[in-house]
Amino acid sequence: MNIFELSFLSGVLTATAPVLLAALGGLICQVAGVFNIALEGQLLWGAFTAVVVSDVTGSAWTGVAGAIAATVLFSGMLSAASVGLRADPIVVAVGLNLLALGLTGFLMRRIFGSGGTYSSPELAGLPTLAELGLDVPVLGPQSPLVPLALALVVAAAWWLGRTRSGLRVRAVGQHREAAEAAGLRVGAYRHGVVLVAGALCGLAGAQLALGNVTLFSEGMSAGRGWIAVVAVMLSGVLPYRLLLACLLFGFAEAVGFRLQGARLPQQAADAAPYVITLFALVLAAVAARRRPKEAS
Amino acid sequence: MSVPAAELVGVSKRFGPVLANDGIDLAVARGEVHAVVGENGAGKSTLMSILYGLHRPDSGHVLRAGERIRLRSPADGIRHGLGMVHQRFRLFPGLTVAENIVIGAEPVARGRVDQETAHRAVADLSAKYGLRADPAAQVGGLPVGVRQRVEILRALYRQAEVLILDEPTAVLTPAEAGRLFEVLRTVAATGVAILLVTHKLTEVLAASDRVTVLRQGRVTGRFATADTSADELVHAMIGRSLAAPEPRRRSKPDGDPALAVRDLTVHDADGVPRLSGVSFAVRPGEIVGIAGVAGSGQRELLDTVTGLRSPGRTGQVLLDGAPVVQGRDPRVAYVPEDRHGRATAPEMSLAENLLMGEQHRLATRFGLPRKTVRARAEQLTERFAISAASVDVPITALSGGNAQKAVLARELTRQSRVIVVEEPTQGVDVGVRERVHALLVAARDQGGAILLQSSELSELRELSDRVLVLFEGRLVAEFDADATEERLGQAMTGVLP
Repeated sequence: MNIFELSFLSGVLTATAPVLLAALGGLICQVAGVFNIALEGQLLWGAFTAVVVSDVTGSAWTGVAGAIAATVLFSGMLSAASVGLRADPIVVAVGLNLLALGLTGFLMRRIFGSGGTYSSPELAGLPTLAELGLDVPVLGPQSPLVPLALALVVAAAWWLGRTRSGLRVRAVGQHREAAEAAGLRVGAYRHGVVLVAGALCGLAGAQLALGNVTLFSEGMSAGRGWIAVVAVMLSGVLPYRLLLACLLFGFAEAVGFRLQGARLPQQAADAAPYVITLFALVLAAVAARRRPKEAS
Repeated sequence: MSVPAAELVGVSKRFGPVLANDGIDLAVARGEVHAVVGENGAGKSTLMSILYGLHRPDSGHVLRAGERIRLRSPADGIRHGLGMVHQRFRLFPGLTVAENIVIGAEPVARGRVDQETAHRAVADLSAKYGLRADPAAQVGGLPVGVRQRVEILRALYRQAEVLILDEPTAVLTPAEAGRLFEVLRTVAATGVAILLVTHKLTEVLAASDRVTVLRQGRVTGRFATADTSADELVHAMIGRSLAAPEPRRRSKPDGDPALAVRDLTVHDADGVPRLSGVSFAVRPGEIVGIAGVAGSGQRELLDTVTGLRSPGRTGQVLLDGAPVVQGRDPRVAYVPEDRHGRATAPEMSLAENLLMGEQHRLATRFGLPRKTVRARAEQLTERFAISAASVDVPITALSGGNAQKAVLARELTRQSRVIVVEEPTQGVDVGVRERVHALLVAARDQGGAILLQSSELSELRELSDRVLVLFEGRLVAEFDADATEERLGQAMTGVLP
């Protein structure tokens, strides 16, 4: 295994992209003071709807658009219940995660006739950059959503840091009462970020099911949405640190992928990314506890 | 009088069983400073929140420059030229001063917030009204006085024509308060109508043009400040005159010291001495006051005496001759300044807060019997005249004065001989203040050894049998009860008597 090959870097980026897109959605919510742990369900729902729409229309891009639209609708349940009706966002999110798992399994059988994994020659995957004539050798054979995800990190940093609506989103997250007293429409901003997170999870799902692979299988999000939640918590809501956290996971997954060829048992290789992420989480928690000691 | 800048007409508002505002009429004119006074819970804050759009009245309405307006949110209030400086500041700690001020009406250039213009606008306003604040500073690290200026600047930036200040001096030193009133005069001179909510009568008399007095949700008096007196205002506020101060009964301290501090030195985490060689004693039956400008070592002294702070300490603290136990010595009754941090558990009910420290005594093998807990709480509420809808409401639902009475009820019934009291009447009105003072004196007369810290010199002089002055961590002077404020002030600032 040579982790200095370009193809390894390419594998890291491929593995990073869906997690990063979902995590960006989670980060924006976190900044606005909404703890969004429904990323896993939204990611799975996005992957499923991307495959359905792509399969029906024969167009991967329509699949992407469909996934975004469908996942925004899906996240509408979270925003309506937790922002609108002030239900506990954790409870709602857990419900949505379970709903996504059950609903995709059920609809899969109704639409494709069987559970498990669906793939078909008619199912159009996303083209690679090279196929679009935009070959960037460093990135490897990626879908355009991968550079888009990287660009969105920069965009998110700029938006939150510099723009008017970014400032207001930060304000809403810092102090709800103060935002109301300053005349900001707190509810509108919170609805907004949850729906934007839905769109990003739709993109993440499309990348996972039409970019990383071209198929849908039950539960294929496989904890990536949870990794995204962890990445948000590790990031200190800084987009660039979020990118680092997601790259760590992408790196771990790419290593795990390579290990499958090696002597290790399959299960160990599959578990590698989660084990590495867990270690990172523990280290970050320890580091965070060290720091504020002087402050108090 | 010409058309008022703002007018509340027949405003009523009910919160559960409490009628907070009951048909209130109030008008404020351009260019005047209009004081709204009343006891805690008289309905002042509710009324101001209705005017700003934070609460909606059950009946009645608001006129702005003679026109009826609908206020559904503060956004509406701001749009109609209303601005409010909140008692608990509504600021964003992680944003800069400039961002806090312009938010909601940010200057924008090429898609982004134009920080340069914002900073300039803030600097201009600062200079115009003499409200110093660095536009680039993060609000989270600023002292309260500066934070308040940021709130005022925000209202002025949004071009408020009616400026509401809810208890603005509660967090200020007397000198800062004086400067604030000068600023308010400047602002009023530009034609802004100012509503000043307070319960400090000296401020009302010094800073306002007219006064409206509220009691139990109704208007009980309207005065021109020049034609009224403190006595008249008090009468309107509490429905009676204050009892004439009883001729001071000398205390008769006797016996061995209940609290003895010997050569106490405390260093902070950076090794800087906060207290140096402090020695004194408090005997049963006396109140010993601690005076000093903020940060002279009061915090460290009281934390050590109560056992709350241990590191970096040399010297002895003895309670009835035995060393103080670290971590809140149960032999000390303690009334902290921080009412919803140290003094109470804000998420818990009044009954639970009254119980704390006594839970072991009341517990049976099956846990705490709810009935006993409630019965005890109800008995204390009655004895200490704590007004609350029930003993099951969260302690935060009580007004500041009632919360303070609850803390005193709990601590004074602990049967501790040593009683440590910080700022016992901060943020409470004259009626509660009178009651709190009576309770402390009664505790003293029953043999309590009381250590009293207060930033109000008049309070120290009224209550204390002796006053010790801290300056830069040292005890620099001791006065008897007759010391003048002037002499105390000199000792506090290091100009030794």
